[in-house]
Amino acid sequence: MSKVVVMTSGKGGVGKTTSSAAFAAGLALRGHKTVVIDFDVGLRNLDLIMGCERRVVYDFVNVINGEAKLNQALIKDKRIDNLSILPTSQTRDKDALTKEGVERVIEELRKDFDYIICDSPAGIEKGALMALYFADEAIIVTNPEVSSVRDSDRILGVLASKSRRAERGEAPVKEHLLLTRYDPARVERGDMLKLEDVLEILSIELIGVIPESQAVLRASNLGQPVILDAESQAGQAYADAVGRFLGEEIEHRFLNTERKGLFQRLFRRTA
Amino acid sequence: MGSSARSESQLAGEAPFKLMGGSYTMMVLRIEDPNDHTFFPLLLDKIAQAPNFFRHAPVVLDVQAIAESGRPFNFAEFGRRLRQHLLIPVGVQNGNDALNQAAISAGMSVLPPGRPAQMADRAREMASAEGTAAREPQAAATEPGSGSLLVTDPVRSGRQLYAHRGDLVIMAPVSHGAELLADGHIHVYGPLRGRALAGVTGDVNARIFCQSLDAELISVAGYWRVREDIDESLIGKPVQIRLEGERLLIERLAP
Repeated sequence: MSKVVVMTSGKGGVGKTTSSAAFAAGLALRGHKTVVIDFDVGLRNLDLIMGCERRVVYDFVNVINGEAKLNQALIKDKRIDNLSILPTSQTRDKDALTKEGVERVIEELRKDFDYIICDSPAGIEKGALMALYFADEAIIVTNPEVSSVRDSDRILGVLASKSRRAERGEAPVKEHLLLTRYDPARVERGDMLKLEDVLEILSIELIGVIPESQAVLRASNLGQPVILDAESQAGQAYADAVGRFLGEEIEHRFLNTERKGLFQRLFRRTA
Repeated sequence: MGSSARSESQLAGEAPFKLMGGSYTMMVLRIEDPNDHTFFPLLLDKIAQAPNFFRHAPVVLDVQAIAESGRPFNFAEFGRRLRQHLLIPVGVQNGNDALNQAAISAGMSVLPPGRPAQMADRAREMASAEGTAAREPQAAATEPGSGSLLVTDPVRSGRQLYAHRGDLVIMAPVSHGAELLADGHIHVYGPLRGRALAGVTGDVNARIFCQSLDAELISVAGYWRVREDIDESLIGKPVQIRLEGERLLIERLAP
């Protein structure tokens, strides 16, 4: 039974696309047939982060409008088997998305894929609503910062009332918290919200804490999901999160500042 | 009548009643054409959009159009039909002498024209709140017909809940940016971080209770206070909030 998972946040710039790419890659690496869809019509980024921007012929909107078949628009990832990307249009906008069109595409994808990751745009309007409407599960990407937490709270409310599951009175969308750009040193200084504070306000299950990492920028410049950078803390944290999503019990890492010994402090390590 | 006719309580210095002023926001039904055969079907449609809001609601009839037309109007029959739709006509405004007399005969009061209140927005807010409340899986009326709402899921930012003709009981955190409204009391068994407005239809005895006060705004019967004006020593504490005269009193609850 395939699952539709929306990667959403409310707030912009918190790491939805980075996390969509990492998660999709992570699931595919574990052997699950995975597709990741870009719902940010007009401001598409997923194809850049995935490194397939030079292979886009047809897109999500073309398929919705019947201008192309789904398999013409789907792009197979060159590095990872089981992984496909459905890019979106850069020239049109969110009005191009229709509920019926999106439903048709998702139903068709359900036949071939185990996981359908929907990379949501920021906000609570049409694009974001379309991305979350058909979701079975939701990953709420949040930065440890007050506006992000407030917006995540808002999107949780929207999920509870405006998803198809909510409208039909079915079992609610399963919610997971992904705390990104966590910097334990700044948390200790009091500049950043603590993990416990975020959990207290949002009261949903934590699926992962991704530390602030320079590897993320490097990966997006290379067009490579950061989970493929296995040496980086961010890459490892995403791999842990994917494991937890699949039901494994994995201890959270990178929550505390490393107690550097004198020798290590002489030779500063990078993230 | 001599002093012997006075009751015991009067002799003790206490009157058996107290006459006070009360301020209420009421719906006005402006009657444009009472003879239009679509009048009641259309009214029924409107009521169906937010049935809880209209159920047993007092309504003032604005009969200006009828007064200007000079035609007679059967208040008794009209009132009967309104009551069939569960609206309670309490009075008339903007009528002429003949209409006012007819209204009195039908048991309605003659009111001076009221100040227009933001009822239209309120009605829309209530309707959308009802929509949200209806979809709330854990909300349940605690008694049939009382209109109290019991909510056990966290109330997220942007959510608005309205307990019409009852109390609102929340057994979960209330987020910043959420709004709680009740005709009666509001109880939050958890942190209250959003806005809480009790006694919204004018009940000055309504109270707000919470386990941890961090509200953006609190209000009882329209008397409000923002977070900035709440004493810091009360923040994060279990409190009850009530109205004393025209002042909001926030008192710590005993542990």
